[in-house]
Amino acid sequence: MKKREKLLLIGNGMAGIRTIEHLIKLAPDKYDITIVGDEPHPNYNRIMLSSVLAGGANMNDITINDWDWYKENNITLVTGQKAENIDTTKRIVTTNLQIKFSYDVLIIATGSLPFILPIPGADKEGVIAFRNINDCNMMLEASKAYKKAVVIGGGLLGLEAARGLIHLGMDTSVVHIHHYLMERQLDEPAAKMLQRELENQGMNFLLNKQSAAIVGRKRVKSLQFADGSEVQADLVVMAVGIRPNIELAKSSGIAINRGIIVNDYMETNIPNVFAVGECAEHRGIAYGLVAPLYEQGAVLAKRLADVETAGYQGSVTSTKLKVSGVDVFSAGHFVESKSNKALRFQDDVSGTYKKIVIENGKLIGAVLFGDTSDGTELFSLIKKGENIEGREKELLLGFSLDTKNSNPLARYEAMASDEIVCGCNGVSKGTIVDAIQTKGCTNVASIKSCTKASASCGGCKPIVQGLLQVYAGDAATEPVKEGICGCTTLTRDEIVAEIERMRLLSIKEVMNVLAWNEPEGCSKCRPALNYYIGMLFPEEYVDEKESRITNERYHANIQKDGTYSVVPRVYGGVTTPSDLKKIAEVAEKFEVPMVKFTGGQRLDLLGVKKEDLPKMWEELDMPSGHAYGKTLRTVKTCVGSTFCRFGTQDSISMGIRMEKTYERLNTPSKVKLAVSGCPRNCAEATIKDLGVVAIDGGWEIHVGGNGGVKVRATELLCIVKTEDEVMEWSSAFLQLYREQAIWNERTAHWIERVGLDYVKEALANKEDRVALVSRIEHTLSLTTDPWKEIIQNKELRKNFEQLADVKSATR
Amino acid sequence: MAEKIYVGKIADIDVLSSRKLKIENIDIALFHLSDGSILAVENKCPHKGGLLSEGIVCGSKVHCPLHDWKIDLRSGKVQEPDDGCVTTFKTEVDEQSGDIYITV
Repeated sequence: MKKREKLLLIGNGMAGIRTIEHLIKLAPDKYDITIVGDEPHPNYNRIMLSSVLAGGANMNDITINDWDWYKENNITLVTGQKAENIDTTKRIVTTNLQIKFSYDVLIIATGSLPFILPIPGADKEGVIAFRNINDCNMMLEASKAYKKAVVIGGGLLGLEAARGLIHLGMDTSVVHIHHYLMERQLDEPAAKMLQRELENQGMNFLLNKQSAAIVGRKRVKSLQFADGSEVQADLVVMAVGIRPNIELAKSSGIAINRGIIVNDYMETNIPNVFAVGECAEHRGIAYGLVAPLYEQGAVLAKRLADVETAGYQGSVTSTKLKVSGVDVFSAGHFVESKSNKALRFQDDVSGTYKKIVIENGKLIGAVLFGDTSDGTELFSLIKKGENIEGREKELLLGFSLDTKNSNPLARYEAMASDEIVCGCNGVSKGTIVDAIQTKGCTNVASIKSCTKASASCGGCKPIVQGLLQVYAGDAATEPVKEGICGCTTLTRDEIVAEIERMRLLSIKEVMNVLAWNEPEGCSKCRPALNYYIGMLFPEEYVDEKESRITNERYHANIQKDGTYSVVPRVYGGVTTPSDLKKIAEVAEKFEVPMVKFTGGQRLDLLGVKKEDLPKMWEELDMPSGHAYGKTLRTVKTCVGSTFCRFGTQDSISMGIRMEKTYERLNTPSKVKLAVSGCPRNCAEATIKDLGVVAIDGGWEIHVGGNGGVKVRATELLCIVKTEDEVMEWSSAFLQLYREQAIWNERTAHWIERVGLDYVKEALANKEDRVALVSRIEHTLSLTTDPWKEIIQNKELRKNFEQLADVKSATR
Repeated sequence: MAEKIYVGKIADIDVLSSRKLKIENIDIALFHLSDGSILAVENKCPHKGGLLSEGIVCGSKVHCPLHDWKIDLRSGKVQEPDDGCVTTFKTEVDEQSGDIYITV
């Protein structure tokens, strides 16, 4: 075995550890890793320090990697020691305790230091920064004995500190040198709205104030300003900014500017010495937000694992945060200048503000206050840099992006009366307007039941809503609470909770107990209830086939002429000559009108008469491919390392294993999987519900993709090392989806509804994953092949046959 | 001329389910409702010709499997806002034997 290289990381913080996390997944055996950090804690989430202050979190809650993580990964962690010298020729780092560490590869991730104003009295007791756990503890202590707190700095950090102090019961003032708050993230109107909100919460502001001196004997008494005024203070928190912590690099002869200078691969000017995070300066910028630092970490990990990478290209940053319960967002260049133009929308009634900045037809920046739901979309437009000319007002007002016209309401008015609004049900604008004007419809739900517009896929709902605005005007009412269907006003979550609480084990019981207004439900709630009860009580519940949709009742896909299609299971899309022969023979024998490859690498026998289904299944003697249900459909694979010269992992085996594990699983909606053997991703895994992409030494697990009506790329859930871990995460993810999603809701919509962060959080703990895995395994252990079952059971089989064929001759 | 024809036994149709049959090349769907009644309609949705025998049965209505039109099995009428009608056929069940007869 190749000898491991010695990797030394200085700095036990978020950027450095993120790098290591990536690295050990990409190249688990390449390095012996040692980490030296001066704080006496494992890696914690600095961003959440304010939550500690506010009392919502303790040290355990904000720890990202606990002590065990270091142990499990064979990482030597040295805390409470500060690296004081790097000998870059001998490759030795010496700490303040004179302990020496030799290295082959060195990463400097020393982060940043709070900027302490060089004013008289800054060293007095009661003057602190807001940067680490220790600062938090001092603030907690001070709040017990003192009353008045002053925070210098009206930026993000300062406001977070002030919020914490208010929670601790201190009378808190924020001093800011600028004439409005958070000028790095907000423009003046947004900042003023924020200030008003924070004042309502009890914060005082001293703007346009330059701090001059801190007065007091031993402990601070007051803060004096350059204009001669002063404010009383028992505690002064300096939160005026941070500067990269570069002392160590500087004294060791590593090139620095404001930060440690690195190239696109995070390399410093000294060979084998790298820098990452807040201490690094890339193309002139030292970043202080977590997203760019994580991007840098990913690049550095690849560089160290010898995995191909395009390098770090710098980050366009966005800030989306909650300041004392107020949502704030900004991205890009949001300050107006001569070369750009801005559009603004301010609503003081509901407390929202939106500004977009445009230059040469492209969106270059945005500020949102109060409602930040458009943030992601705007940020992605900024990053893409596409031309948005003609859509400016739409972007500002947040109406449908599909419309060509810049004023949506005018567009609805201008629509021809016979223009089809709901394509599924063929409802024209005229019909909808008629429903509004003569049938008294005042909300989308009533238009839906009156005309069927938006009753199927729901894609036209925004237009229906728009028409309602134009033609009903003030008469338009708030939508009444909509249940899962017309039979109930209860939502999915309410229903599932009640089923679980009262152990309702039949559909009829659910409808009775929960007071359905249609005694036997409808084609929407019956299959949904059948799914929910089966999901909650897989063992006890007897599946009710009469409440299944047609395809799932007959285990085949109904076609428009009433014939069905048959798709046998072909695990991972890998078949054999003998299976192919068998399929061919059956197709010929039953005179199947069409044999076609499906999008998911299967063979589809189309145009089969219902009566022939059980006989065909019997002759095929293959498991059902479940190409018809709300269940695992297919696991698509590429050739992978078995044959492909680019393949890094055995994607075929992985895919087959997944398909064999999850076949027959009932899910809220159909689930498609794919496994690609390398990042070229020939199996198109990034538009699947769950896509696995092999990387060198590991697997990326992507979720929430969809290649259908609206293409949605997956989001990365995690990166793991082994096939077993792929199974663990996949099982946990699928079970979470099974337990949380609305019936008929694809993973893509579910994730858009709950957010990827929610999913990540729910799966973050090993114990939670294990629990989910055991539940899905239990459910899977109870499934049987439906085709076999029908073949063997006369009672089930009869439903495929015609009851009678009476002709005059036989009468 | 109306004629009463034996088509099968009540036990041949699961409750809340349907069987299809043919009489003189007319396709008929025969339903077994939860209240025990047996109803017969032409097996063809007035919308796009979907086979009603394949749909979900709720109360006395069947939902067409193709586009979810709701058809009342007693009257043959399509539920609003859709519009249309299917032919219904008179059925009789012999309580003793469970024999089903349809009048065409």
